[in-house]
Amino acid sequence: MNIHEYQGKQLFRDAGLAVQEGVHCTTVEQALAAYDSLGGNVVAVKSQIHAGGRGKGTLYDPESGDVVMEGGVKIAFNREDVENYAQNILGNILVTKQTGEEGKLVSNLYVEGGCKIAHEYYLAILVDREEKMPLIMASCEGGVDIEEVAEETPEAIFKVHVDPSVGLLPEQAEGLANSLGLTGLSIDSFVENVSGLFDLFVSKDCAMVEINPMVRTEDDKIVLLDAKVGFDENALFRHPDIVELRDLSEEEPTEVRAKASDLSYVKLDGNIGCLVNGAGLAMATMDVIKLYGGEPANFLDVGGGANEEQVTTAFGIIMEDPNVKGILVNIFGGIMRCDIIARGVIAATQALALEDPLVVRLVGTNFEEGRRILAESGLNIHTAETLAEGAKMIVELVGGDSQ
Amino acid sequence: MSIWIDEDAKVLVQGITGNQGTFHATKMVEYGTDIVGGVTPRKGGQTVDLGTLQAPVWNTMVEAIEATDADASVIYVPPRFAGAAIIEAADAFSQVRNGGVIVCITEGIPTLDMVKAVEHVHNTDGVRLIGPNCPGIITPGDTGGSKIGIMPGHIHAKGRIGIVSKSGTLTYEAVAQTMSIDEGQSTCVGIGGDPVNGTGFIDCLSAFENDDQTEAVVMIGEIGGNAEEEAAEWVAENMTKPVVGFVAGMTAPPGKRMGHAGAIISGGKGTATEKVAAMEAAGIRCANDPSEIGAVLLESLKAAGLR
Repeated sequence: MNIHEYQGKQLFRDAGLAVQEGVHCTTVEQALAAYDSLGGNVVAVKSQIHAGGRGKGTLYDPESGDVVMEGGVKIAFNREDVENYAQNILGNILVTKQTGEEGKLVSNLYVEGGCKIAHEYYLAILVDREEKMPLIMASCEGGVDIEEVAEETPEAIFKVHVDPSVGLLPEQAEGLANSLGLTGLSIDSFVENVSGLFDLFVSKDCAMVEINPMVRTEDDKIVLLDAKVGFDENALFRHPDIVELRDLSEEEPTEVRAKASDLSYVKLDGNIGCLVNGAGLAMATMDVIKLYGGEPANFLDVGGGANEEQVTTAFGIIMEDPNVKGILVNIFGGIMRCDIIARGVIAATQALALEDPLVVRLVGTNFEEGRRILAESGLNIHTAETLAEGAKMIVELVGGDSQ
Repeated sequence: MSIWIDEDAKVLVQGITGNQGTFHATKMVEYGTDIVGGVTPRKGGQTVDLGTLQAPVWNTMVEAIEATDADASVIYVPPRFAGAAIIEAADAFSQVRNGGVIVCITEGIPTLDMVKAVEHVHNTDGVRLIGPNCPGIITPGDTGGSKIGIMPGHIHAKGRIGIVSKSGTLTYEAVAQTMSIDEGQSTCVGIGGDPVNGTGFIDCLSAFENDDQTEAVVMIGEIGGNAEEEAAEWVAENMTKPVVGFVAGMTAPPGKRMGHAGAIISGGKGTATEKVAAMEAAGIRCANDPSEIGAVLLESLKAAGLR
């Protein structure tokens, strides 16, 4: 689960870390008041969306599609600038490298006091799955695309693994400060902030904390000028305060609804809907559809113990996508019995008056019974023995092979 | 032989009194697994009805292992308690009998809980953790066998193919593929799709390499991380037995989590294309379609003079 920069900054502020003063706004008037309250000095006017690359993004008018402004993060030198930028950002669509072509509607702004930057750094904390430990990564090359740095000059990224049961040791933090070439006052300031960030990472069960840039000011202080914070969904049960920060408008509504029914759904661009049990098999089903010339419309894992109701919900979610022209159901019945799935499929197709072609592949526990139920239903349901056969069948039925 | 779990392994069920625990313990007993009892805090002294078996319940793993000399435990406790259950089992196995196998089925455990649990297991001699978020491990026997997990037992048969997989139902698919060419399995291990887990591909491959019963291996990967690439490198340097593979997620878009907590292409890393390339370069023949795993395996067996 991700949160906005302004929410991340508040978490940092509450933890006593070095962030600039700033105000969250949803209207131009609020942005102007924020400018005044920050003392009428230089401010940054920052679009708040759950995606990176905002500074280099482009704002579009949602109605006309015309470009409104280049750059979703702007430095404002006076009141007129603030008004102009806030107007250009709020209610418009921001497209960045990470949002996809459709972009994101910007409804939130963050107006933040400026500071005199001497140097920009990069800092991130995440769990390194190879070492099975949290990892702090830092680089002198802040403010730029860190993936490019990782690709071109991996030696410019310094890494420290930290055991969460022990915490970040002072010598580890000082070692990182030295690697970054920090001297004087900025060392203490860095150690304090990186230690605080690591404690926050552990205490709030973060999945990722990324600060790009973290800056050294002209008076040798470290300031966290950015805040990209994501949380481990599996740990949200122990953080009701974090759950409060969720902005559902930033998430795909169908994916949110699927999650509420314990279904894992991801929308894709094709026209063949998939309903599968198990994440690996669901991915493999998408792959095989593509292999035989079709395009999957979604990833959908109904989980290991799906019941009739979940199958009906799953069909409903798939059918909401207007691009879907046919559905492939692929179930390897283990714990889940194929006869139950077959009944669920029949109930769902009747309830939704499904007219698009439907191919069902059932294998595993009670598959004969499942296939018999489908065959005797009198509905227009095609059955397949193998995944390959099912995929070829549905691709042919939707006429998807464009090659 | 087989790897880690013998046909007659004695198994405890942690969380045996819960719905999932009782349901799957019953299925394991039906398959032939020697379930010797279970553990649920504050329910010691009770028994649980597993159909043909009334299983005794203990309060702690130490008591349960002392009473039964169990070789392994399987965990069905809810996610918020699962990390602690792993640590308890590791300490108990180490203390009472110098080791044991812990199989954690639970899905949805917080990542940092797993970091702590895996580090603890790593520092406890003789203890192996399989999972979490996995179907478990199964060693089919001549009659029955040992099924420790949630996989459908009846699709398996004893044989010479080792299977290791990140995915649950795709493991079953791989089992069915071996059966389609008249081959059975030595041991099948589901290592799970979480970012932080216990046993990995290389542990399994290395054990299969050293196992007399195993003559070839099927390895099923999926997008995310670089475990498949590391395993491929290990195979190229160390493995003498044929390995065939499949990697799920060729069509998965970057940045989108595909069900499993670990199944995500981030920063352009962890793509299926990279993994298949690394595996092929290491001599692991990969199927494009899970329905072809059997055919690819058959060719590899023939090429190695095993058919």
